[in-house]
Amino acid sequence: MPVLQYREAIRQALAEELTRDANVVVLGEEVGQFHGAYKVTEGLLAKFGPKRIVDTPISEAGFIGMGIGASMLGVRPVIELMFWSFYSVAFDQILNNAANVRYMSGGQINCPIVIRGPANGGTNVGATHSHTPENVLANHPGIKVVVPATPYDAKGLLKSAIRDNDPVMFLENTMLYGDKGEVPEDDYLVPLGKADVKREGTELTIVSYGRAMVLSLAVANTLQQEHNRSVEVVDLRSIRPLDMDTVLASVKKTHRVLIVEEQKPFCGVGAQLAYMIQSEAFDELDAPIGRLCTIDSPSIYSPPVEIEQLPNVQRILKAALEALA
Amino acid sequence: MSKKSSAIADVRSAAGTPKNGPAAHPVNASLSADQKIGLYRLMVRIRRFEERSLRAYQAKKIGGFLHLYIGQEAVAVGCCSLMGKDDHVITAYRDHGHAIGVGMELNPLMAELYGKVTGCSKGKGGSMHFFDPARNYWGGHGIVGGQVPLGTGIAYGLKYKGLKGACMTFMGDGAVNQGAVHEAYNLAALWDLPVIFVIENNGYSMGTSQARSSAGDLARRAEGYGMAWGVCEGHDVYEVRACMARFLEEARTNSKPAVVEIRTYRYRGHSVADPDNTYRAKSEIEEYRRTKDPIQVFQAQLLAEKVLDLALVEKIDVEARAEADLSADFAEASPFPTAADLQKDVYWEADNPSERKSGGRLFFN
Ligand SMILES: Cc1ncc(C[n+]2csc(CCOP(=O)(O)OP(=O)(O)O)c2C)c(N)n1
Ligand SMILES: [Mg+2]
Repeated sequence: MPVLQYREAIRQALAEELTRDANVVVLGEEVGQFHGAYKVTEGLLAKFGPKRIVDTPISEAGFIGMGIGASMLGVRPVIELMFWSFYSVAFDQILNNAANVRYMSGGQINCPIVIRGPANGGTNVGATHSHTPENVLANHPGIKVVVPATPYDAKGLLKSAIRDNDPVMFLENTMLYGDKGEVPEDDYLVPLGKADVKREGTELTIVSYGRAMVLSLAVANTLQQEHNRSVEVVDLRSIRPLDMDTVLASVKKTHRVLIVEEQKPFCGVGAQLAYMIQSEAFDELDAPIGRLCTIDSPSIYSPPVEIEQLPNVQRILKAALEALA
Repeated sequence: MSKKSSAIADVRSAAGTPKNGPAAHPVNASLSADQKIGLYRLMVRIRRFEERSLRAYQAKKIGGFLHLYIGQEAVAVGCCSLMGKDDHVITAYRDHGHAIGVGMELNPLMAELYGKVTGCSKGKGGSMHFFDPARNYWGGHGIVGGQVPLGTGIAYGLKYKGLKGACMTFMGDGAVNQGAVHEAYNLAALWDLPVIFVIENNGYSMGTSQARSSAGDLARRAEGYGMAWGVCEGHDVYEVRACMARFLEEARTNSKPAVVEIRTYRYRGHSVADPDNTYRAKSEIEEYRRTKDPIQVFQAQLLAEKVLDLALVEKIDVEARAEADLSADFAEASPFPTAADLQKDVYWEADNPSERKSGGRLFFN
């Protein structure tokens, strides 16, 4: 099977869907001539031309709103946000218009748009560029939220997102763009709302997603090798729809849970998860649900301190050992 | 570089540059030799600081983004040199030149780039987020266009308090296409706020040329709001000063806003990470450097005026290099913040526990 980078897997999904459906169009800042700020869209302009790959001015509210309007007419825009952090200037378009138009029209209007781009800390770009808005987005019924961690998932999920008739927010990670993994050449899909057990184990369930999941997997391996402890890792892959069945099945097996997320704690994804786990599997739990988040302050620039602020392998290992104790 | 329209050239002369050139404009003619040398020295210090920071970045002493101002020095120096006690400055992430322009020392700036606790923002902000409110410098902002309503608000505050000052609110040629900029324009014009919106037009927003990002002339958009506007060349510090002086005076005395487009050029990529190989020819950069380098142009001017001689040119340069090196030594020797600093400077109340009035938890881990 071919081994691709995460960014190449996304590019492949875009290329396949652009080829499959003439209504798919890619818009965003620097996606064409510049090849994408993170080179995700490299080569697409040459292959598909300027009608399908559109460079926009720095007007997120304008071009995202425009994309939403076009999607109402059946165009299927895939919008790149250079950073998800810039969604805030288009907040109204995404969370009032895209989230609500189907509902407010009594189901007459669909909004098949995808907004994708990186949402993460870890590259010392400071408080304004390090937001992780999956919780904010998922707080809005009508919006779907996807958070792929591996090249395989990124491709399969993006293809599903583009074919989805609802607005899908697709959150990538600049720290993962260079990660490599096996990606089949055939036209496979990963459905939205299906979690994946990335590692089986019996003593503790780590529920995670995105780069925090990648780090959690490494910690689970360390725990096996150096501590002889068996940890299961559940990768949510989608935040909304949320696959609680897979989470609960794992909890019933291990009876201990640690949630690891690159979110600030207050009202983060983990808060919702913990509520549902205790509500739906209270009798299965042998210990309180553990949770490891980004330390609760705006994202710091200072490079060595940012490492400490985020979930890192040391912090995850410590939290996992506590959860296992 | 952007194409010139004749309409803009007309407005340029209407903006009040005297026929015999900006050097003769009273705002420049009245400068002492020492003041002129001061302007020159400031531009050299900015350039040497940034060249030193680039080396530090390449040595992995600096993380994140580093947006260099090299080529644009005459804009910040020209504008900031006109500041009176109640004049203010705010800009975007390409903020090193303005910081040095308002008089910030190099040590805390370099230390900020290194992420050290001795940095101007204690290592919390980084390159994009330099601040010095004591020098009327309000940052350093990372979101394109985000600072523009803030600058308008500083102008509102000046007027509210009855102060005769103006806020120079800088933005790039790409930022003019953010919605917030247009809302700010309207508020400024509607309420006669003393704000000068300064568009530093370096021809590109990242890899997108002005022609590929903006419809119409940039500064002319002011007409839609009934605001005054002007255009000048940003490689000539005298011209920048001559053009800005008039608008600043209008803002200070009559509380009138304006949009000023200053044509300039950046030599480096958008940020240090930009390979700069998709959107312009190397020859374009070389041509600008050769004919319009702001430091070279001003040096030639001051040599002709006999304000500078070659020995002094050399001395200024040597001193600026040494100062930049010392700032790097200072940054290197300074400590990093610690994880315990993360939750400081978030809430006033958390930092002033004896005066706290609210109850309840402020932090959640
Ligand atoms: C709202 C928002 N969108 C996109 C970006 C990413 N970005 C940072 S700088 C930049 C280009 C801005 O160009 P310009 O305004 O001309 O300023 P210059 O960099 O030339 O000084 C872009 C697209 C951002 N920081 N904020
Ligand atoms: Mg620009």
